[in-house]
Amino acid sequence: MNSLLAASTAPIIHVPHVDYLSILPMLIMLGGALGLMLASSLLRKVMDVRAGTIVAASVSVAALVAALFQWHHVTTHGPSVTIAGAIAFDGFDVFIQVVVSIAMLLTALVGDGYLRREGIDGPEYQVLAMASASGAMMMGAANDLIVVFLGLEILSIALYVLAAINHRRAESGEAALKYFVLGGFSSAIFLYGIALTYGATGTTNLPQIADYLSRNVITQNGVLLAGLALLLVGFGFKVAAVPFHMWSPDVYEGSPSPVAGFMAAVAKAGAFAALLRIFVTSFPTVQADWRPVVWVLAILSLAFGAVVALTQRDVKRMMAYSSINHVGFILLGVEACTARGVSASLYYLFTYMFLVIGTFAVITVVAGDGDSHTKITDFRGLAKRQPVLAMSFAVLLLGQAGAPFTTGFLAKLGVIEASVAHHGYVLAVVAMASAAVAAFFYLRLAITMFSPVGDTGDTGDTGYADGGGAVVGTSRGSEVDLATSSTKGNLPANIQVLTDAAPEADVEARGVVPVPALTTAAIAICVAFTLVFGIFPAPILNFAHEATLLLLG
Amino acid sequence: MSINPAWYLSLSIVLFAIGALGVLVRRNVLIMFMCVELMLNASNLAFVTFARTLHDIGGQVLVFFVLVVAAAEVVVGLGIVVAIFRRRANADADDLHLMKG
Repeated sequence: MNSLLAASTAPIIHVPHVDYLSILPMLIMLGGALGLMLASSLLRKVMDVRAGTIVAASVSVAALVAALFQWHHVTTHGPSVTIAGAIAFDGFDVFIQVVVSIAMLLTALVGDGYLRREGIDGPEYQVLAMASASGAMMMGAANDLIVVFLGLEILSIALYVLAAINHRRAESGEAALKYFVLGGFSSAIFLYGIALTYGATGTTNLPQIADYLSRNVITQNGVLLAGLALLLVGFGFKVAAVPFHMWSPDVYEGSPSPVAGFMAAVAKAGAFAALLRIFVTSFPTVQADWRPVVWVLAILSLAFGAVVALTQRDVKRMMAYSSINHVGFILLGVEACTARGVSASLYYLFTYMFLVIGTFAVITVVAGDGDSHTKITDFRGLAKRQPVLAMSFAVLLLGQAGAPFTTGFLAKLGVIEASVAHHGYVLAVVAMASAAVAAFFYLRLAITMFSPVGDTGDTGDTGYADGGGAVVGTSRGSEVDLATSSTKGNLPANIQVLTDAAPEADVEARGVVPVPALTTAAIAICVAFTLVFGIFPAPILNFAHEATLLLLG
Repeated sequence: MSINPAWYLSLSIVLFAIGALGVLVRRNVLIMFMCVELMLNASNLAFVTFARTLHDIGGQVLVFFVLVVAAAEVVVGLGIVVAIFRRRANADADDLHLMKG
C-alpha cells in the first residue's frame, strides 16, 4: 500500500501525444500481418493460400483507404509531427504510404498464382510481405534517424526470409543468404553513420539536425562528413546503386519472381523515401559535400546498369541491371536537391512501382513450374502463343524504356528536367545516353517475343541458339549421338534430342503457360496505369507535386 | 581515474573496422555473421560514448533498439543458414555459386 501511495505522489509521466491517423496505414499493415499469422496458427490444418491472399489484399486496400484519409487531413490541416517528433505526417509520407499499399496489393495478387503453382502452402508469404511493407511505410514517415533504421530493418529482415520462401529451389536459399549478409553489412554501416551524425549534431531528429546545422558552422566537421559518407554507403547498398550493387543480380535471379518485383518496388520506395527526406531536408546546408558523391553514384549506376544489362541472357538478371539503371535516374532527382527534384523522384518511384511489379508478374507466369524458364529464349514466340500477355509485357517494357505515351517517359523527363534546372548538364546527357542504351535491351526482349519460334537470327542468345540451330539444320543421324555424348549421358537419347539439340522444340513443348486470374488482374492494373496515366499524366504529377509542397522542413 | 572519451571512440572505430574487414575477408558464413554483430556493437559503443559526452540520454536508449534489431537479425540469419546448409557439409560462402552472369 505504501509503495502504491508513493507511486501516486511521484511526478506524473508525460506520454507523448500520438496522432493515430498518422500511423494508421502502418498499423493496419502490421496488424494484418500479425492477425493472419495468429489465425493460421490457430487453425488445425495448413491455411489455404487463397485465404491468405484475400486477407492480404483486403488489408492493402484498407491501408490505401487510410492513406487517402491521411491525404485529406494533410491537405486541409497541413504537415505536422507526432509521437515526440519521431514521425512526420506530411504529404511526402502519405505519398509513400499510397505507393507501398498499392505495391503490396499487386504483390499479394501475383503471389497467389505463384504459391499455388509451386505448392507452397501457408500464409507466410503474405505475412512477411505485409510486415516488410509496414517497414517501408515507416521509412517514409520516419522523422528521426533511429526510426529510419527501425523501418529499414523491419523492411529488410522480412525480405531476407521472403527471398528464401521457395525452399525447394536451391537458388532461393542462396539468394536469401547473399541478401542477408550484404543487407546486414549495409545496415551496420548505416547505423555507424547514424552514430557519427548523432555525435556531430547531438541529435537524431531530422528537423533538429537541420536546425543545428543552419545555426552552427562546424569548422572541424570530420565526424559529420564521415557520418554522411557512411549513411550514403548504407543507402547505396539498400537501393543497389553502383558500386554497391553486386548483390542485386544474384538476389533477383534467385528470389521467387514475385518477391523480386516486390523488392525492386517496395525496398526502393522505402529507401529512397528515407534518402530524400534525410538528405534534402536535413542536410541541405552541407549539400556541397554530399551532392558530388550522389553525382558519382548516379553516373555510375546509369552507365553500368544499362551497359551490363545488354550482355545478360537471363531476364531476371537483366531486370536487376535495369533496376540499377532506374536507380541512377532516381538519384538524379536526389542530386538536384530541390523541390522539383524531390517531386520528380516521387513520380518516378510511383510509376516504376507499377512497371516493375507488372514486369515481374509476367516473368512469374512465363517462368513456369519451378520458376525455371527465365532465359530470354524462353520468351521467344510468346506473341504467337499468348498475344495478350505478350502485348502487356511489351507495354511494360516500353514503359521501362521510357517510350512516349507511357508513364515511364514523363518519369525520365521529370528527373532530367530537374537536373538541367540545376545546371547538371553532364548528368542529364549521361542519363539520356543510358536511356537510349537501355531502350535497346528492352526492345530486344520485346522483339524476341514477337519473333517466330524457328528464327535464330536474334542477337540475344547467340551461343545457345546457334548451337541448337546447327543440329536442327543438319540431318539427324549421327548428330544425335554427338549431342548425347557431349552432354550428360545418363538420360535416354530421345530426351536429349528434345531438350538439348533443339531449344525451339523445348519452347514449343512448353506451349501456352497458364495465367491465373488474380495475376491477370495485377498485370491489367499495371498496364492500365502505365497507359492511362502515360496519356493523361496530370493527376499523378499533381499528386507528386503537392506531396512535395507539403513536405515538412 | 578519468579516461578521454576519444579512446572509447577509437576503440569503437577499431572494432567497426575489424568487423567490416571480417565480412569482406572471411569465407565462413557464421563468422561473417559474427563480424556483422561486431559492427553493430561498435556502433553501440559509439552511441554510448557520444551520449556521455553530449549529456544526452537519447543515445543510450538507441542502444536498446539496436540490440533488439541485432537479435532479430541473428534469428533470421541462422534460420536461413540452417535451411541452406542442411544438405551441405560446411558453411563456406565460396560454395554458393549457383548463379553467375
